[in-house]
Amino acid sequence: MDHLAILFVELGAVFTALSALGALARRAGLSPIPLFLVAGLAFGDGGLVPLGESQGFVEVGAEIGVILLLLTLGLEFSATELIASLRLHRSSGLVDLVLNAPPGFVAGLLLGLPWQGALALAGVTWISSSGIVARVLSDLGRLGNRETPGVLSVLVLEDIAMALYLPVLVVVLSGGGPLRALAGVAMALSAVLLVLLAAHRAGHRVGRMLTHEDDEQVMLRVLGLTLLVAGLAQGVGASAAVGAFLVGIAIPQDLAERARGILAPLRDLFASVFFIGFGLSTDPGEVLPALPAALALAFVTAVTKVATGWYAAGRAGVRARGRLRAGTALIARGEFSIVIAGLAVSAGIAAIGPVAAAYVMVLAVLGPVLTRFVEPLYDRLAPAVPAVASPVTQEPR
Amino acid sequence: MEIIETMLPGVGMRYDLQTAAGRPICVVIRRDGKVDLGSYDLRDPDQLAETYRLEADEVAALADILGAPRMSERFADLSREVPGLESGRLTIARGSRYVGRTLGDTHARTRTGASVVAIVRGEEVVTSPTPDDGLHAGDVVVAIGSAESLRALDALLGRLPD
Repeated sequence: MDHLAILFVELGAVFTALSALGALARRAGLSPIPLFLVAGLAFGDGGLVPLGESQGFVEVGAEIGVILLLLTLGLEFSATELIASLRLHRSSGLVDLVLNAPPGFVAGLLLGLPWQGALALAGVTWISSSGIVARVLSDLGRLGNRETPGVLSVLVLEDIAMALYLPVLVVVLSGGGPLRALAGVAMALSAVLLVLLAAHRAGHRVGRMLTHEDDEQVMLRVLGLTLLVAGLAQGVGASAAVGAFLVGIAIPQDLAERARGILAPLRDLFASVFFIGFGLSTDPGEVLPALPAALALAFVTAVTKVATGWYAAGRAGVRARGRLRAGTALIARGEFSIVIAGLAVSAGIAAIGPVAAAYVMVLAVLGPVLTRFVEPLYDRLAPAVPAVASPVTQEPR
Repeated sequence: MEIIETMLPGVGMRYDLQTAAGRPICVVIRRDGKVDLGSYDLRDPDQLAETYRLEADEVAALADILGAPRMSERFADLSREVPGLESGRLTIARGSRYVGRTLGDTHARTRTGASVVAIVRGEEVVTSPTPDDGLHAGDVVVAIGSAESLRALDALLGRLPD
């Protein structure tokens, strides 16, 4: 067979396998991400099915997947929601950071990673998967629950914290002395602030430039701008992912909503290629040895996420049952943990790959399962609560 | 009656209201137009129970059913708040010259000063109608304006064909 034929057959087999795995995961009420990672491990060198011709496509597609994931994360950004989250749930966001990042950092040092790698692992354990959590809340009919605004606010604060954390991480990973790192951090922070300011002042102009009645035009314009900015960001030593994220933030709300819808299928396609690519770049032989450490880390950071949700929901006057729902809902880690680990791997810290892959596979499965069964578990263990005639909504002031 | 609005970042808005009978009602309006409708569990007051998940078209249908009788009521409230502003429900009679023609043909605002804000046709409500919206026998036109302008509009709509 000629190489084009092999390429098509390989890609066709990969996507067919992904669709089967995705359907299986959804039937079980789980996120497909861990299965995609497993599939990535199974393909490629050292795996069950070697990939030949399509390796190049997967590598480029994975990079585009990261850019689209971060772009759509930026498109979710809304200033009003951020301000409301900061106003009401600021302390929950801080508790989230303080409880969940240090275990990753300490574990990274214990595993013998350089401190830059430990910083990346701190990010991996810190960020819940907003994709998985939002989907679980919707599937379980919890959107109207009183603990939910707190949970969603923690996710929003994590997402916007990524805008500050990612540039810092990229600068730190690129090496150089502490002075260069500090200068880079300052540059990254000012870039983020500049974009936020520009989005506030001139967002409508960006919007006019990108808007068109034709969906195809919107897709091409948004994609074009995103890739240009991502390329420039990569060129000056920041990360392409950060550039894409900033583009997403700068796009005004009404266009962002439309762009999300238009780009969603593209994002889903390339994001799945990204998970495959991450699995490919990870040596399956090293995942099993990393499993005990990943399990221990998963246990500790599942407990710390429950504590985070317990605190966040408690501030809204929610009772124990709801606080446990909130805490367990936050356990799931997913796409952005893998994005962070991917940045570290491509900066040469390969050892973080197997740990992060195993860690995300465990928690992306365990999180949704735990939060589903926490209520029956609570009801069996806790004493019966008397019914309330007229519950009153309470929001933290 | 108090309605409490809560922002659900990334999802939409939640509205809570307490009925006079003491049951809370919760409405979650998602960004994509879908709606979760329910009440809180008596055993766990933080949890939404008996939830209805409505698709966008079901939301529209439900809003029409609930909204139609409320429309004139709301205008009544409005006219109480603004002195001199009245609202009226005017029926297009079978013999009117405007049956089968458009709202624009009436030149209602220019001729009478009254503004047509809705057309009620059976179960259907056309809110904020455009000049191109048609008028049929039996339609009820909801209009606001001064008492005098509403009388003029009633007369205009009642005109027989030339």
